[in-house]
Amino acid sequence: MYTQGLDQRGDNAAAPARADDPAALAAFQARIDREEKIEPNDWMPQGYRRTLVRQISQHAHSEIVGMLPEGNWITRAPSLRRKMILLAKVQDEGGHGLYLYSAAETLGVSRAELVGQLLAGKAKYSSIFNYPTLTWADIGAIGWLVDGAAIMNQVPLCRCSYGPYARAMIRICREESFHQRQGYELMLKLARGTPDQKRMAQNALDRWWWPSLMMFGPSDRDSVHSSQNAAWKIKRVSNDELRQKFVDVTVPQGHFLGLTFPDPDLKLDEGTGHWNHGPIDWAEFNRVVAGDGQCNRDRLAARRKAHAEGAWVREAAAAFAAKRAHARAAKAAE
Amino acid sequence: MTTENRADWPLYEVFVRSRNGLAHRHVGSLHAIDGTMAVEMARDVYCRRAEGVSVWVVPSASIVASDPAQKESMFEPMVSKVYRHPTFYEIPPDVKNI
Repeated sequence: MYTQGLDQRGDNAAAPARADDPAALAAFQARIDREEKIEPNDWMPQGYRRTLVRQISQHAHSEIVGMLPEGNWITRAPSLRRKMILLAKVQDEGGHGLYLYSAAETLGVSRAELVGQLLAGKAKYSSIFNYPTLTWADIGAIGWLVDGAAIMNQVPLCRCSYGPYARAMIRICREESFHQRQGYELMLKLARGTPDQKRMAQNALDRWWWPSLMMFGPSDRDSVHSSQNAAWKIKRVSNDELRQKFVDVTVPQGHFLGLTFPDPDLKLDEGTGHWNHGPIDWAEFNRVVAGDGQCNRDRLAARRKAHAEGAWVREAAAAFAAKRAHARAAKAAE
Repeated sequence: MTTENRADWPLYEVFVRSRNGLAHRHVGSLHAIDGTMAVEMARDVYCRRAEGVSVWVVPSASIVASDPAQKESMFEPMVSKVYRHPTFYEIPPDVKNI
């Protein structure tokens, strides 16, 4: 569902590596400037490779962890229709994680390594998934706001300079528009329902609005490496620009629902046509990213449990495949 | 920690024919224990929305690829042998159907 550009936060991922030859670096930059796509076996600077491995794997982890807050509601969906929709959506998120892990692996890192980093708690994933889904309305708010923000961020990634990542993003964006629409439809149903249902929708918007704005990552003023990522055409649009675009399209959608946003400073600038929002609580963002959000521990525990409980399935599949291969070999020897 | 220190299952490349009459096209890759499982997983991972009518899976290790560093010498003749292209030949405009 999402990558948050956490790489831009000061760990030297994008710093030029010592070993890269300046002539090769210049030739590489010229290819990027000509809008050529970079493919897995092409020469690339070490910093480019490192940045991509980290960004794509964080994105993959986000998809996988992102299955948890919504999966929480599958058994409690209020109708069969809603249950089928939610199942399909969560299955999509799993699929998106798999596309992205595959894209990361083309850069020379193994799946086991990436999954190991997530389970060990060493990998980052989008801060948004460390918030709890308290009511059914949260499923609507996630689809509408979280997937909406994700799409806003992911559309420019379809033109990322690294071919396998761009191709994965094209598939993901194509599949994700239903995610946002089902969420908005759900919110609309609640907003036009009983007073209690409308209250539930408003409460969900109140809790998810600010974390959704944080999904775009730190402000451009605090993004250390965004200029290198922009030069490499990994990140083509800045965090703040994407965030503004999201606010501009989402605020009228919320007003259509008859809901209010939890931001007293939110107002339309008639001159620019933009909706200006109030200050974002970056201390909260940093806390959640550092591991101290409401659900960080729960999410990791759930992933570890699922991985451990799947061990017998992996073992059985390996045993069965060995048996089948053995039978084939025996038959061939006859 | 429950991570097994086991090597990944083999990687397979997935090709999907979107409809009869078109060639199979590479759509991505996945890990599976064997070919049978790779086909089943390709269906779940790459064909959730009627993307195709046929799936091929190929062990990635079986693919022999050209070297990107050799791109120039490998593909250069396309450029220097312009007489391989129909536009190389000048035919008077009065001549039709050629």
